[in-house]
Amino acid sequence: MRRTMRAGALASAAALVVLAGCSTDDISDSGDDGGSQDTEWFVQADFDRQNEQRDATFQGDESEPWLQYLEGDMTDTSEYASEGPKKVCFANASISNPWRQTGWITMKQQLEVLQEQGVISEMETRDAQDSDDTQIADIDYFINEGNCDAFVISPNSTAAMTPAVERACETGKPVVIFDRGVETDCPTTFIHPIGGYAWGIDTANFLVDNLEEGDRVIALRILPGVDVLETRWAAAEKIFEENGIEAEDHFTDADPTKIKQIVTDAINQGQVDGIWMDAGDGAVAAIEAFEDAGVDYPVMTGEDEMSFLRKWEETGLTGIAPVYSNFQWRTPLLAVQKIFAGEEVPTEWVLPQSPITEDDRDEYLAANEGMPDGHYAKFGGEDLPGFPQAWQDR
Amino acid sequence: MSTQITLPRYEGSFGRRLALALRTPGGAVFVLAAVLLVAIVVSNPNFADPGSLIRFAGRTAPIAIAAMGQYYVIVSGEFDLSMAAVIAAQVVLAGNFIGQDEARILPGLVVMFAVGTLIGLINGLATTILKVPSFIVTLGMMLALTGLVRYVTGGAATGNPSDAFRNIGRGGVEGVPVVGIIPYSLLILLVLAALAVWLMRRPFGRSIVAVGDNAEAARYAGTAVWWLKTRAFILSSLSATVAGILLVGYAGVHPSVGSGYEFAAITAVVIGGVVLGGGRGWVLSAAAGAFALELLFLLLTSLGVASTWRSTVQGVIIIVAVALAGRTWRATRRPRRRGGVAPSTPPPPPSPPRAQRQETSDA
Repeated sequence: MRRTMRAGALASAAALVVLAGCSTDDISDSGDDGGSQDTEWFVQADFDRQNEQRDATFQGDESEPWLQYLEGDMTDTSEYASEGPKKVCFANASISNPWRQTGWITMKQQLEVLQEQGVISEMETRDAQDSDDTQIADIDYFINEGNCDAFVISPNSTAAMTPAVERACETGKPVVIFDRGVETDCPTTFIHPIGGYAWGIDTANFLVDNLEEGDRVIALRILPGVDVLETRWAAAEKIFEENGIEAEDHFTDADPTKIKQIVTDAINQGQVDGIWMDAGDGAVAAIEAFEDAGVDYPVMTGEDEMSFLRKWEETGLTGIAPVYSNFQWRTPLLAVQKIFAGEEVPTEWVLPQSPITEDDRDEYLAANEGMPDGHYAKFGGEDLPGFPQAWQDR
Repeated sequence: MSTQITLPRYEGSFGRRLALALRTPGGAVFVLAAVLLVAIVVSNPNFADPGSLIRFAGRTAPIAIAAMGQYYVIVSGEFDLSMAAVIAAQVVLAGNFIGQDEARILPGLVVMFAVGTLIGLINGLATTILKVPSFIVTLGMMLALTGLVRYVTGGAATGNPSDAFRNIGRGGVEGVPVVGIIPYSLLILLVLAALAVWLMRRPFGRSIVAVGDNAEAARYAGTAVWWLKTRAFILSSLSATVAGILLVGYAGVHPSVGSGYEFAAITAVVIGGVVLGGGRGWVLSAAAGAFALELLFLLLTSLGVASTWRSTVQGVIIIVAVALAGRTWRATRRPRRRGGVAPSTPPPPPSPPRAQRQETSDA
């Protein structure tokens, strides 16, 4: 069955490439030169590196995790040093999920601070609404007509956005990439939390520790083909395999109706001992499926979204909230500030990423009291103007 | 005045009519649903548990209700592509308007039904008065509502409405022997199905099938086609509203709730043997089509079909089902005409060969 799943994933990925037409990647040659176990979405070296980074020591002040980074190559920015407020152009992939919405609010509040300080004159933003084509057009518009001093790009997808990012680099102006990556090292800095493998390792290890060999886990995945989600699952799947956990994966589109149906059917088929999610959006619907079926709660991994943290506390289930550090949305504009001040910035700016456990859950619940369900506990904007109203009225 | 001929209301015994009906696509869908149910139970006996069966029926109710709403529009010869967007809009409306305030449940329901009526009215009037094809009107409505939902929510969930409101879609009559619980959604489906059967026997129901069959003829017969079709659109968007109320209870608020419902509803209607283009089909077959479709998905899950392959399998099965339904309609129509009607009518006068050829090619 596992083989058919992989064949299916490959077939649909191939179909996607054909359908997209514009992509020139050859997926068949990926994994040729890595380890023998590497696949399109699993690279052993990346897995090992992120596994180490989970326990690494980060540079900088722990109370400002959005400015912390791992030691590594730095980009010299002295050529950009200049006075006066600068215009930033931001090409955003979308704000179509609560994680991105929370981050977007944080970014706007951070912008307010930098505008008051006279660092940034204005930020022109284009929202690509989850479309590669739109984002390419947005970036080209910024290059040709934006009159931009710096580019901030949150890529919609890795491969498709690479040429557009390279064009932005060719202007000679600073380019800041965050969240999803691109396949070029031309940007001034690439900001991201540790990554998907670390998420997969944190969550799968938790389930392995709390379950027995042979236990059944239902994996709820939003959609295939997005690297930051695929690597979460690839890492978790490997750990489940190694530890004899029977994991079945399903795609949900984050639709709570589908999530509830999938989990209900799985419960009807046989006992479900664990739930693994590649994102916490919809975790409550999964938990409600257990309530409605009248069976025991599973061991569960969600996310630091308030709806899950609240339901987790209310039900007392055994759980963990992995975190894809939302506070990274503060970092790009602060990076722009450093760049124009001529301060060096990490070429690959790896931010801390640590899950919320039962021990510190209540602390985060208290700190985020009054925030809506779609809010993310590690949003990192407590010291920004407008807190907490800006995040409450969304 | 010419002599009046009274045709019998039914021909043949009840058993014979039942056997004939099961051979039409509209009847065969009930057989299909039964076969799928047996296949599921064989593949995994856990699904035979009455408690899980009734829950399955409960969660399928919103799709069946949407399919019945879509039936009115399709049988009148039109399409309603705006259903999923109406559901999403209503779900978000419920989340935002009602929120945690239980006093706003009733006003909230009133607002939702008013919005549903308004959407149906716009769809209907644009189709009939402005003569824009319904495919375009409802596609436009879909985009407009999707944009509105995106604007209001930014594309992400806000927060669930109060549990009392969600109980409509999540709760049920508890403590029932054997099954344990009867979901309210299933009861609502049964009431709406009964109303639908009644409505289809009323002049409205008879005329709407006639309009779908031949709108010109119906107009010459004195039917107000525009108002009939408009009412069909209103019924469709009200059905989507009810589905939305049930879904927000079942699963909670998310802009993706209801996504794919327009196609699920159209597929269910088609599997139920209702002819696209209108004029033929039974309303309960549309609901049965929804159950057959969901049972098919459940079977795929039960057989462990890999998640990546599922849409492909669905698509192929849908095409095959529609192709088969089309063939059986044509196959069952001819013998019925010859066997049932021919003896009571005098042998036809020698008709012009052109007309005859037309009939054979039509059949």
